[in-house]
Amino acid sequence: MDQIILYILILMVVLTVGGFIYNKNLALDRYLSSRAHEEIGTTLLKGSGWHSQASYHGYFTAWVVGFCSFLLFVAGLYFRNGSEVYDLIWLALVLASGVCIVFLLNRKISPEFAARTWVERFIHFCLIVLSFIAVLTTFGIVLSLLFESLRFFSKVSFLDFLFGLQWSPQTALRADQAGQSGSFGAVPIFAGTFLIMLVAMTIAGPVGLMIAIYLSEYASAATRKIVKPLIEILAGIPTVVYGFFALLTVGPTIRNFAETLGFSVPTQSALAAGVVMGVMIIPLISSLSDDVINAVPQSLRDGSYALGATKSETMKQVVFKGALPGIIGAFLLAVSRAIGETMIVVMAAGRAANLTGNPFEAVTTVTVQIVALLTGDQEFDSPKTLAAFALGLVLFVITLILNMIALSVVRRYRERYD
Amino acid sequence: MDIQNPKFVCRDVRVHYGDFEALHGINIDIADRGVTAFIGPSGCGKSTFLRTFNRMNDTIEGARVSGSVTMDGQDIYDKGLDPVLLRARVGMVFQKPNPFPKSIYDNVAYGPKIHGMTSGKAEMDALVERSLRRAGLWEEVKDRLKIAGTGLSGGQQQRLVIARAIAVNPEVILMDEPASALDPIATAKLEALIQELKERYCIIIVTHSMAQAARVSDKTAFFYMGDLIEYDATEKIFTNPGDTRTQDYITGRTG
Ligand SMILES: Nc1ncnc2c1ncn2[C@@H]1O[C@H](COP(=O)(O)OP(=O)(O)O)[C@@H](O)[C@H]1O
Ligand SMILES: [Mg+2]
Repeated sequence: MDQIILYILILMVVLTVGGFIYNKNLALDRYLSSRAHEEIGTTLLKGSGWHSQASYHGYFTAWVVGFCSFLLFVAGLYFRNGSEVYDLIWLALVLASGVCIVFLLNRKISPEFAARTWVERFIHFCLIVLSFIAVLTTFGIVLSLLFESLRFFSKVSFLDFLFGLQWSPQTALRADQAGQSGSFGAVPIFAGTFLIMLVAMTIAGPVGLMIAIYLSEYASAATRKIVKPLIEILAGIPTVVYGFFALLTVGPTIRNFAETLGFSVPTQSALAAGVVMGVMIIPLISSLSDDVINAVPQSLRDGSYALGATKSETMKQVVFKGALPGIIGAFLLAVSRAIGETMIVVMAAGRAANLTGNPFEAVTTVTVQIVALLTGDQEFDSPKTLAAFALGLVLFVITLILNMIALSVVRRYRERYD
Repeated sequence: MDIQNPKFVCRDVRVHYGDFEALHGINIDIADRGVTAFIGPSGCGKSTFLRTFNRMNDTIEGARVSGSVTMDGQDIYDKGLDPVLLRARVGMVFQKPNPFPKSIYDNVAYGPKIHGMTSGKAEMDALVERSLRRAGLWEEVKDRLKIAGTGLSGGQQQRLVIARAIAVNPEVILMDEPASALDPIATAKLEALIQELKERYCIIIVTHSMAQAARVSDKTAFFYMGDLIEYDATEKIFTNPGDTRTQDYITGRTG
């Protein structure tokens, strides 16, 4: 970073803090001197006729100074042309304006001035700006996805992409090279994604749910205290670790086992990736389901026990029924996690875009293909690179819809018991 | 107090929550028909004692019951006795109405289904109708048995819960402050219902309202800090209590 920028940043902090201290003390002086002699020494605000405490006058100054110098800083950055004179003027301007503001605001310090209210407004304003930045960033990402996707669809037809059965994005490496145009039918890779997700959910759904039921209904408080964190450790393992676990342990095990039965199975398969991904999302399902099962009021269980129902009858017919919407929500969130997962499938699922329902074959997924498309040395606007954006867009839309449904289901469920 | 053919006989009943003794040796006989009210300040152990009659204390982690409780002469804490079967004979209504997240019909049919009490839909329909009639709810809900039980008003929910308890054909109904979440009109309806039900069932009710105890009960037991202080005919307790602590409580000087 340029040194001048660092200096200006430091100057801004100094001006803000200095303005705060200076005007706060000034306010305190005026406030104390405005009180009757015998009261001096107490700093009670109440009944003094002052609207705001001294520190609020300080905060008010700090906000104004900080905000103005920030604007000057940004403006200065924008018009910067590299000349030293410019930089010095810039620095002087920030300094002068800061000092001026601090002294101008001195006059504002009076019993009537509602510094406290103004500080409240500033905070409100800042929160709005910050949330706007978050929203705008999201919008920007979506728009760029959309934009690049549109460029892709100007080269490859939308219908061919969405319904084509052939995925082989082998285009020419350089513009002057002759080569095939490649085919971009996304069905096989969405099918692969779906297949792996199915395998993962077949593992994680029942296991996660049973864990949740055991923890919330059957385990003693002591067991729960030990088991729950242990399961949540699973959620903290980096996915790349899961990935090489799938590639080096689970994949070969499945292959060897199949060989003893006389089948030949590749090391990289939908099954290997799916099983490991299933293990990865077990804690997601178990802890979300555990939460919703716990949210079912104890009074419902008591009501059922009091009618002579056993624990498992109560679980199946009352608790599970009450928690069902929340459990569905948990499953949907897990599905969207599974189809967005990248590292495990990159390592364990393979890259062959087979259109198959057989989990023992190698398949590929949307996320794997995006990685493959963008890590080649391609021209940036070749269809091959742009296809990654189209895939990303479709994946984004799918997970967005899943998450929206899941959250609305969960929310509706929450409201019922409040 | 002498009671002919008591439904329950309790001798030296103590309940512990961990190391804390909530009840210090209760001796009481409960009459078979009619309403027995338990009164006393909060935390004196009324709910705890009520739960010993259907062994709901078993479901609370750390709770232990000692002493003996017999129902029709049979020890209900006998090792060989299944609490699940006991609870089919001793129904319970809670402070806050707790209908299941099911339809009105399914709420009432839940118990009979679990205990396999009916064969076929027609019998179940009849049982549901009879239970709802006895709970005084049938006329209000007969056209909407399929709507969720949680959609009813508080008073209706509490009567639905009573219908649900009645449906398994219990001998006893325990009620733990059943009217404390209800408005005066719903409370009046509930009290009228209790008057009807007492012809058929042994009813034990915990209540915070002196007036309610006086209105609905035949016998009243006053509890104080884990002890049974006084137990007598309701009229006697409210007009001429034998213990100053009872006197202080019913006149509002304690509690
Ligand atoms: N589940 C429990 N665990 C521990 N202590 C309890 C529990 N339930 C009740 N107690 C204690 O037992 C005593 C009696 O409680 P309770 O029977 O609920 O009183 P009441 O119904 O008369 O207000 C109180 O001191 C209460 O704190
Ligand atoms: Mg109570």
